[in-house]
Amino acid sequence: MSEWIEIGRLEDIPVRGARVVRTPDGEVAVFRTGDDRLFALDNRCPHKDGPLSEGIVFDHKVACPLHNWKIELETGSAVAPDEGCVRTYPVEVSAEGVVRLCLAQAAA
Amino acid sequence: MKEKLVLIGNGMAGVRTLEELLKLAPDLYDITVFGSEPYPNYNRILLSPVLAGEKTIDDIILNDRAWYEENGITLHTGRTVVKIDRRNRKVIADDGTEAEYDRLLLATGSHPIVLPLPGNDLDGVVTFRDIHDVERMIEAARKYKRAVVIGGGLLGLEAANGLMAQGMDVSVVHIADWLMERQLDPYAGELLKRSLEERGMKFIMPAVTEAILGDKRVEGVRFKDGLEVPADLVVMAVGIRPNVDLAKSAGLYCERGVVVNDTLQTFDPRIYAVGECVQHRGKTYGLVAPLFEMAKVAANHLAHLGYARYEGSVTSTKLKVTGIDLFSAGDFMGGEGTEEIVMKDAGHGVYKKLVLKDNRIVGTVLYGDTVDGAWYFQLMKDGTDVSEMRDTLMFGQHHLGDSGHGGENAAAAMADDMEVCGCNGVCKGEIVEAITKKGLFTLDEVRAHTKASASCGSCTGLVEQILAATVGGDYDASPKEKPLCPCTDFTHQQVREAIRERRLTRMNEVMRALDWRTEDGCPTCRPALNYYLISTWPAEAQDDPASRFINERVHANIQKDGTYSVVPRIWGGVTTPAELRAIAEVAEKYQVPTVKITGGQRIDLLGVKKEDLPAMWADLNAAGFVSGHAYGKALRTVKTCVGSEWCRFGTQDSTALGIQLEKVTWGSWMPHKFKMAVSGCPRNCAEATIKDFGVVCVDSGYELHIGGNGGVKVRATDLLTKVATPEEVIEYCCAFIQLYREEGWYLERTAPWVERVGLNYVKQRINEDDEGRRALYQRFLESQKYAQQDPWAQLAQEASEKKKFIPLKQVV
Repeated sequence: MSEWIEIGRLEDIPVRGARVVRTPDGEVAVFRTGDDRLFALDNRCPHKDGPLSEGIVFDHKVACPLHNWKIELETGSAVAPDEGCVRTYPVEVSAEGVVRLCLAQAAA
Repeated sequence: MKEKLVLIGNGMAGVRTLEELLKLAPDLYDITVFGSEPYPNYNRILLSPVLAGEKTIDDIILNDRAWYEENGITLHTGRTVVKIDRRNRKVIADDGTEAEYDRLLLATGSHPIVLPLPGNDLDGVVTFRDIHDVERMIEAARKYKRAVVIGGGLLGLEAANGLMAQGMDVSVVHIADWLMERQLDPYAGELLKRSLEERGMKFIMPAVTEAILGDKRVEGVRFKDGLEVPADLVVMAVGIRPNVDLAKSAGLYCERGVVVNDTLQTFDPRIYAVGECVQHRGKTYGLVAPLFEMAKVAANHLAHLGYARYEGSVTSTKLKVTGIDLFSAGDFMGGEGTEEIVMKDAGHGVYKKLVLKDNRIVGTVLYGDTVDGAWYFQLMKDGTDVSEMRDTLMFGQHHLGDSGHGGENAAAAMADDMEVCGCNGVCKGEIVEAITKKGLFTLDEVRAHTKASASCGSCTGLVEQILAATVGGDYDASPKEKPLCPCTDFTHQQVREAIRERRLTRMNEVMRALDWRTEDGCPTCRPALNYYLISTWPAEAQDDPASRFINERVHANIQKDGTYSVVPRIWGGVTTPAELRAIAEVAEKYQVPTVKITGGQRIDLLGVKKEDLPAMWADLNAAGFVSGHAYGKALRTVKTCVGSEWCRFGTQDSTALGIQLEKVTWGSWMPHKFKMAVSGCPRNCAEATIKDFGVVCVDSGYELHIGGNGGVKVRATDLLTKVATPEEVIEYCCAFIQLYREEGWYLERTAPWVERVGLNYVKQRINEDDEGRRALYQRFLESQKYAQQDPWAQLAQEASEKKKFIPLKQVV
């Protein structure tokens, strides 16, 4: 079962930035990269729970604002030699610019 | 289709070049590697500890087979290339394997020299070069007792030490009058000999070997003077010779080594060569540090970047015999035109010699206490004028005054469980283990793997010492001027100059003009570029919030739990009951959990939720406050004492001057945070002499102090000058800030900046050049027109900006 929810419009998310979606299970950070791709991850760094949504976004990565761990937005894994992983979620944008997030069927 | 690159020689130099190349251009080549030995790339310099039984072969593998696979590299081990067909651009191995190339990299290393003596082909005569040799020695040590090592140099002594550790009775034969004559002077050689003798090593020297005796297996050694000694194992460790056989047979020009130019190309421009097989500007190298420098340059050219040049290396040596500390570099013998500073303490087995020429270190030998080896070596490489520290030079770096904590502790003397990095809780033992187990050679690698010195950086000197002590002369000392970040090879200085001279006003222009390797930059270069752009072109350049650290984006300090702290500006630290009441009301209204007085005499409201920030700012704005910039690379606070208005000792109105300074300079973006203070008399209650810019009032005027720091590394200020009026204080202060803004590197505080450019330079620009000072002052005021707007008011009023502080969506 997958459940897609509308969360807003593409232009609501700054380029090389992120916005937060608050859910009963915690925050999800929705990133928009320089090449206009979207990625959604738990808003908690695997290191010390830093809010990833506030990090500097570069390529398809984000640097955690607390201790500068780099996280791959596509997989949620920390960039070596750091180790750890955050959960990722499917996210898509329609032709009309509406952003949808899938929380129910989360990728591992 | 990809180009084809073939590497001949699967050793440290060649594979390091591939690693550097993959960093620069991961997808440029199909790579094939040929290695004669049956192993993947291993750390040849750690063969001695393997022989001594301190490490296993697995410990010293640098790149396992999985690494080659992950990088799509075809690896042929146990296959020796026997022919290079330059016309058809292919190489052929001894088993018939062929590989075509567009570019070829030779890293064939060197051969151990085998003395042309009768009996040199007997069983039990070995050299000391590769894993196979080590295995033969370990096997011999199991069955036999007596070993003779020919050669009392670095390699011979390491072999002898290893064989002793394996239980053999070892004699070292040496041709010269003292040991390691190419690295040590006679005195140090004698100390070394004595301490090795104490461990049971025997020496036959000076002696020239005439023959190796025996029928099938070695039985003894005979010398020119007729003396014969029995032996079951003979190790020849008399030196190495660049392996040029293949290059020669391919018609490449060789002398002692394969001759290469500064781009590491041989006489065939498609063929590059690195490592011990190379002869560059008449020199050959047998240590690892130069090989790595070559690898960087060769990779730069193989990656089609084409601007790096190899200009030769200065090398140092360290003996890898556990328990013996020995360091040597440069012209350690001295001679005509040189001076020597010598310290001898035979009782403690300590000997230190520095050779100086024109007040610069040109060589050093250290025995017994090598803690400062890396430091002397750096002074030598940098050509630093040591006349001012000559008196204390011999006692080492920690005897130089005013060095704070930066490298004060002697790394070698530290116990393994002593903490090195206080930020990340990393002990010496962990760092040493990471260096040896993971084969790390650079500070950056140690930072990435251990996090030591990766936060505040105050232990960097110590970590570098540990690195140098652990890997010795093979330590890849970081260059003085480093590239800004891994996205570019240009330094901060070069980037700044390019932005100014080529009138670059946008970040993507800079990245394009300077051939940035990444599309998006990285968290290191983007904030730096953003600062350089807005400080160089205040009117033209557009600030890029996405390239700022979160604190400067939301104008508050992020805390460990993701909340923020808010500090309203309180000019000069002087406030009123009404202001305090307003702050108290805001604190209660937003349920601020902690209210704290800061070190800079301001009030910190901690634990504020991000979505509350805009409303809180609006309330603070309404009460007359603006942002305190406690979060920014900008003017933080001006700390003051009460001065002549109240204090019975005060000489001037320090609070009024502090307020005035703060009102002129607030809001300006700088390379790093900037703190000021004004003290009303020389008792200096505002601690102005550890600030970036400090004013100490005296009866006759104002002393201006610069470049102080009370943080990571305590540094007292330097006196810039003394002026007579508050107007002059303002002008000098703004001119100083502007000079720092224009010429400091991003994240460089004024303390290291002043040390880098020199106090005299700052005095010249500010004190002696009246016109220049006024121009700096004017440029500062001009840039303030764009900077001095309260970011709180701006953000709190713009609806589109305010939105970014709240969640995009609340899912229930």
